[in-house]
Amino acid sequence: MPPVEGREGDSGEPSYAAVFAGALLDPDLATPAAVAGPKSKAAGKRYDIYRNNVTVSLINAVAAVFPTTQRITGGDFFRAMARFYVRATPPTSPLLFEYGRDFPNFIEQYEYAQSVPWLADVARIERAWLDAYHAADIQPLMPHALASIPSERLVDTILKPHPAARIVRSRFPAVTIFTANRSDGSASRVEVVEAEDALLTRPALDVEARRLPPGGAIFVTRLIAGDSLGTAASAALSDSPSFDLAANIGGLLEAGAFTTALYRESQ
Amino acid sequence: MKRLPMRSTAQASAVFRFPAHSIAGRAGTSLKHEHLQAIVADEKRDLFFEVHAENYMGAGGPPHAALNRIRHDYPVSLHGVCMSIGGPQSLDKTHLGRFKALVDRYEPALVSEHLAWSTHGTAYFNDLLPLPYTAETLARVADHIDQVQEALGRQLLLENPSTYLIFPESTMSETLFIAELVRRTGCGLLLDINNVFVSATNHGFAALAYLADFPLEHVSEIHLAGHTEQADDEGDLLLIDSHDRPVTDAVWKLFDTVIGQYGPIPTLVEWDSDLPDWPLLKAEADAAQAIIDRHAQGFMPGKAHAAR
Repeated sequence: MPPVEGREGDSGEPSYAAVFAGALLDPDLATPAAVAGPKSKAAGKRYDIYRNNVTVSLINAVAAVFPTTQRITGGDFFRAMARFYVRATPPTSPLLFEYGRDFPNFIEQYEYAQSVPWLADVARIERAWLDAYHAADIQPLMPHALASIPSERLVDTILKPHPAARIVRSRFPAVTIFTANRSDGSASRVEVVEAEDALLTRPALDVEARRLPPGGAIFVTRLIAGDSLGTAASAALSDSPSFDLAANIGGLLEAGAFTTALYRESQ
Repeated sequence: MKRLPMRSTAQASAVFRFPAHSIAGRAGTSLKHEHLQAIVADEKRDLFFEVHAENYMGAGGPPHAALNRIRHDYPVSLHGVCMSIGGPQSLDKTHLGRFKALVDRYEPALVSEHLAWSTHGTAYFNDLLPLPYTAETLARVADHIDQVQEALGRQLLLENPSTYLIFPESTMSETLFIAELVRRTGCGLLLDINNVFVSATNHGFAALAYLADFPLEHVSEIHLAGHTEQADDEGDLLLIDSHDRPVTDAVWKLFDTVIGQYGPIPTLVEWDSDLPDWPLLKAEADAAQAIIDRHAQGFMPGKAHAAR
């Protein structure tokens, strides 16, 4: 956002926008004195239209980013929760598909959501899903691409992440819950209780969400950070002794998580 | 072997440009991705589509794939809803840059924004908020329009707002304010006839009187939309610019009057929530097209606003 300059009038008085905006997100504040109805009519209900437009449209914006979360909680619960959120945290960008990055943290603290401790992680997956949806269009690295790299070079190879690739780690079966509730219709009962890590990618136009195998989240997080395959694999192995390097690389390439493989040519 | 003549840079780049579909005299609708399959399946190509610029400011993905597809077959109007041109604070240069990038990328037939504001400080309110009409706000808004037109390298169409309140500090009418913006900046106008009707009802003036004062000769696009009814503090009718239902008879009549006087002007039916199935929205555009066509015979091609 630009620095807040030129907001005050030449007189030093608060600008019309400052006065008008002041009470938009707080229904307990009085209607600003700077506005009126026409022909000496009252301004109250007229100003409330703007209040309502702002609040409802921002709640709708949150619902548009988190449809799965809303499907899980039900519309009334979700909209009540989102109302608190938008009043406390209005968007700071006019691009509403960027809104709600701190909504999962808000859910975690929300008094009435304490009985569903996994809900925030589902929302995190959903926020990452939308980032993947809007990410740049780049052809991912083909699954067979690593075959052309000399085997002694693989350990030093660096994989450049695809702009859509996102990782969300959870102590809960958040991927299973997200997937089960992603589309309309009655969700099947979720029987899983173990922790799940999500990988989101968009190899073409459709976003894909999948579970990462043990150690996979560490592995791909290190790769995204720029570590070599060897370094990332060591980190994953020390985290999860059952880490399967070949299966992880194969799965990541199939998901379209990378765009390029960089390695030094043999001397 | 004969050497092919070198193409100029302009011609070479033109190979990759979208077809230059004419928007003159056409009716159109808001583009909603829910309708995309039905639109693509439709054989008719005599429509245009308007998109909200901000929905296409992501880097890639399905929104751009859809707009590419539509822009290939139809003229497109790029409609900004959050430049906050009517606000007292400086324009967001980052946002203006994104807007320009979209104009360059999709070569829209028309580019428009609102006489309103939506950002204050760092908060974005996602609504078109009103401003007082004074010498000070006139100078500020004119400066903002200058900046936008300079950045885009083309004319911006400014849309008249629908409002529910007045600012007692205003020293001029909305129509005079708008006419003066046109004179100072050379911008064009997007006349939203539903907004005129909504504001006329809400403020107790005659829509025809507003239109008589409005600089109609600078209008290059018209918006039509549906509205809902509420009541003000005194229990009188208050109309809400809701874009969630068909255009009302009163708005159709005003549209007929304007087209009858000024000839074919590209006309868009807006529908943004409670979306109908595509055939219903298309029927609204067809109704607008029928009015445009009925009056078109009286106007020579290329005259007045048929030029765009």
